[in-house]
Amino acid sequence: MSLNKALAAGGLAGGKADVGGAAVVGARIKAASAKVVRSTAAIAGLAAIWELAPRLGLVDATFLPPLSKVIEAWWELAVSGALLEHFQASIMRSVSGLLLAIAFAIPLGLAIGYYKPAAAFLNPLLELFRNTAALALLPVFILILGIGETSKVSIVLYACSWPILLSTVNGVRNVDPLLVKSARSLGISPFKLFLKVILPASLPSVFTGIRLAGASSILVLIAAEMVGAKAGLGYLINYAQYNFQIPEMYAGILTISALGLLINQGLIAIERKFSGWKTGPDR
Amino acid sequence: MSHAEQQSRSLEEVKISFQDVTKRFRVREGRTVSEFTAVEGVNLDVRPGEFMAVVGPSGCGKSTLLDLLAGLSEPTSGQILLDGKPISGPGLDRGIVFQQYALFPWRTAQANIEFGLEAKGYGVKERRDWARHYLELVGLAGFENRYPHELSGGMKQRVAIARSLAFDPEVLLMDEPFAALDAQTRESLQAELLRIWERTGKTILFITHGIDEAVYLGQRVAVMTARPGRIKRIVDIPIDKRSEEEDIRSGAEFGALRHEIWSELRTEVQRSQALRQELGSGSGTKKAR
Repeated sequence: MSLNKALAAGGLAGGKADVGGAAVVGARIKAASAKVVRSTAAIAGLAAIWELAPRLGLVDATFLPPLSKVIEAWWELAVSGALLEHFQASIMRSVSGLLLAIAFAIPLGLAIGYYKPAAAFLNPLLELFRNTAALALLPVFILILGIGETSKVSIVLYACSWPILLSTVNGVRNVDPLLVKSARSLGISPFKLFLKVILPASLPSVFTGIRLAGASSILVLIAAEMVGAKAGLGYLINYAQYNFQIPEMYAGILTISALGLLINQGLIAIERKFSGWKTGPDR
Repeated sequence: MSHAEQQSRSLEEVKISFQDVTKRFRVREGRTVSEFTAVEGVNLDVRPGEFMAVVGPSGCGKSTLLDLLAGLSEPTSGQILLDGKPISGPGLDRGIVFQQYALFPWRTAQANIEFGLEAKGYGVKERRDWARHYLELVGLAGFENRYPHELSGGMKQRVAIARSLAFDPEVLLMDEPFAALDAQTRESLQAELLRIWERTGKTILFITHGIDEAVYLGQRVAVMTARPGRIKRIVDIPIDKRSEEEDIRSGAEFGALRHEIWSELRTEVQRSQALRQELGSGSGTKKAR
């Protein structure tokens, strides 16, 4: 999208100057590369500071090793296969928790949003749960479900359900009444109205919820893994810190960032596929 | 059968008949529940194949009238007959075109037009063929796969018109359909609508607040009073628009009719403004207490 914009801007500039095709292409390449530079500059800057600050003695290199050391440690972890093991453990837990939450919260949200009495009845309860931090309930989950996979997937499921549920309810409630009126004027049944108007109209809001849930799935999972686990990125970070393997600890943190990005990008790709009609010029 | 023949043959027939229709709404304002009359004692007959325009000051209940006819709400008293039978709810015998298009943003132009055909239970191929046919009728052939956000306002309204025509309703209800468009697009769509009306022979009830638009489009123009809305007068528009190629809006006859309706409306607009001010100050004193 943004690349297209840059290309369009490049084309526009070329058109304005009224120059030949080669110059237009040149301007486009220039604009596109300027865009790439702009979007990576901040990250490159952070990497440079991370590398230089410990080397110049601005921070204690023991607690913040230079980035190259961290990458070295990451590579060793990756080659030994340990990283993959932890990564797999984490992604399995967060993705299965998220999928279960999707399967559970979307139908429930649709029902609550569609039936006004249900919404009125359940809303206070939803507000209460939503405002209870999921991690505060982690001890309860461990107490009831033990420290195995069940409790971890469950806490992810729990944390992911709220954003999905609330966005779905919101989406259903905020469907453009004109669209409903337009469909109703054709005399279609309430079921068809739901299937053909309410559901597709609330899909963008549902996806917003899923993306929020994706972010919180990792947050909660890492915390859960730090408390009681034998594998997973949260465990890796905690274990590395206890054993003073500081570069390994940072390697784990970087991997978590990558996991977060991966899940978010995956969700965005799925969202595009389902609600491509929404990627309008105003976006 | 030509349009004129059809017209004269059916002169005595009535397609839509509003009979002493009144609609009141309950409005809750704080603790007080007040009743407010949107339309009162409306009597209006529309002939088969007729193009009837309805003008009135804003807030006179024009859209209420349309909702009632669409079967989306029920009159408090009186009745509305369609082909002599009282309206019992929404149905595919009436198609509505809204001011804000009301296109489904997740459907392409073609899929939007197919919506009503799906409700009618048509098969995939039939739906596609009809959708293409009506897209062509409104001058949008080749735009099948565009999403609404990829279309201009005028194009969106064309799709909306095609959608309402596609399931072949006998009556087309249009609620200020061109109000949101720029002047040029509006004029070209008005001409297009007349052409479509001729080709399809639909009965059209066209609601507008534009006098020019009403005179240009309507065979008759019903002028409504300020709230509560009643039919004040029905003005015949004897101008033959179909054969005209030139700018009929600048003709003397058009001007005279336009002025006639303008004079009728002016007093109503003033009355509705006065009414609003009165209401405004009334609620103001209530709050002060």
